[in-house]
Amino acid sequence: MMLRFIKPVVWLLSLTPFLYLLYAVSLAPDILGANPVEYITHETGAWSLRFLLLTLLMTPLRTLSGWTFPLRIRRMLGLYAFFYVTLHFVIYAGLDLGLDWSHLGEDIIDRPFITIGFLAWLLLIPLALTSTNKMMRRLGRRWKKLHKLVYLIGLLGVVHYIWLVKKDLLEPLIYAGIYIALMLLRAPLRSLRSRLS
Amino acid sequence: MLIKKPSDIKSSEITSPELYRKRRQFIQAGVGLAGAAMVPGLWLPADVSAAREKLQGVKKSALSTDEKPTPYKDVTGYNNFYEFGTSKTDPARNAHSLKTKPWTVRVEGEVARPADYHLEDLVKDSLLEERIYRFRCVEAWSMVIPWVGISLASLIKRFEPTSRAKFVEFTTLYDPKQMPGQKRRVLNWPYVEGLRMDEAMNPLSILAVGLYGEVLPNQNGAPLRLMLPWKYGFKNIKSIVKIRFTETMPKTTWVLAGPREYGFYANVNPNVDHPRWSQARERVIGSGSIFTRRKKTLMFNGYEEQVAHLYAGMDLRKFF
Repeated sequence: MMLRFIKPVVWLLSLTPFLYLLYAVSLAPDILGANPVEYITHETGAWSLRFLLLTLLMTPLRTLSGWTFPLRIRRMLGLYAFFYVTLHFVIYAGLDLGLDWSHLGEDIIDRPFITIGFLAWLLLIPLALTSTNKMMRRLGRRWKKLHKLVYLIGLLGVVHYIWLVKKDLLEPLIYAGIYIALMLLRAPLRSLRSRLS
Repeated sequence: MLIKKPSDIKSSEITSPELYRKRRQFIQAGVGLAGAAMVPGLWLPADVSAAREKLQGVKKSALSTDEKPTPYKDVTGYNNFYEFGTSKTDPARNAHSLKTKPWTVRVEGEVARPADYHLEDLVKDSLLEERIYRFRCVEAWSMVIPWVGISLASLIKRFEPTSRAKFVEFTTLYDPKQMPGQKRRVLNWPYVEGLRMDEAMNPLSILAVGLYGEVLPNQNGAPLRLMLPWKYGFKNIKSIVKIRFTETMPKTTWVLAGPREYGFYANVNPNVDHPRWSQARERVIGSGSIFTRRKKTLMFNGYEEQVAHLYAGMDLRKFF
């Protein structure tokens, strides 16, 4: 019964950061502060990372709690991660660089933190495209293998954030710590699961 | 959705400092009535309640740019001043704990007249000039700021540096009680910056004590800060308590923090990128919408004519 509501509720909650940004940009520019482009770039970047980590949380949460809902919303959270990363990239390339392709190319080649962020976005594309039930069935066991890429993508995202910060690493290191914790959780849980079954 | 381009913004729409302050006082009064004033200084920066002084007898300068200054609220609300926190809005929130009166500046090293000077003895009203300068941060954003200050050269001459004085080193206050950001070792406190003597003696170089015709707000480096408009913002050290003249190049904070990324000279240069980002263009702060394009960065921030000779023959890729 509860499960019926969980999906729409999570869907709406996940959309609120976007709606808030839309509101700020169109009606309440004061929220954006002195450097609006920087603000929306950072916000969409942060939400990308949060949704990636949330997605990575679902499997261990399922195993630890025994609840089934985490697996039912995992795909949606992953797609939201892709949505926010895409938005982040579009803002950076479209608004910050003003669609200056040579500048974009230069940035992607010369600046390792941008290379890494760009790579993370590229790798998310096949995952988003193969997220449908149909593709899942068609790919079979290869689907699981392909979607393990999300571990690498999470790592790229975390490194991207650490690398761009000028000096104060506290916040990016918190994200990195959560990522590491989520990865470490997986190994013992896997062995536990296989022992139980 | 109506988004205004900078050219559409009438100057009448830009909040004047007076009006801005009144508005904040009004807001604070409201907050007070609501009872939230039980925790003073928590909700709004205390500088709102602190008496803010207009500076008297400020002369105009031919060295000012005629570009339109960045709105007051952005100049005083978007700051890098890690002594008060590392986010851009932290300084405006936290800098009220800094006590700028009384303030003494220790002058030492290779000078004939080393001493502890009271600020009011160093900065006489009659010496004050308004200098409207472009300001370019190493993070690739920029402002136009109407500083009020005194010529650094005129001040240095009064200390009578010896012939061995090749560099001048500046130090920021170190007091974690007044500067809560210093409780975390984000940087090697206290903040230290330095200049070659000829850079310090350039007519563009000033020590600022105000902006927009008023005493410098704490978050902008009160009561005394350096301002060399052809250098990246971080060179322009804030809340100075010590000026030392030396024979050797000072070890400056950002060079110690990241020698590959920050050089001693830190001259604005669109052709030499920061290792992690481009310096070719800058985001102009306060120009409003998310659709505004970046502006091309100028060599020496547009002050090439006045300062290029200081670096003649130097490889600016090496001495960045």
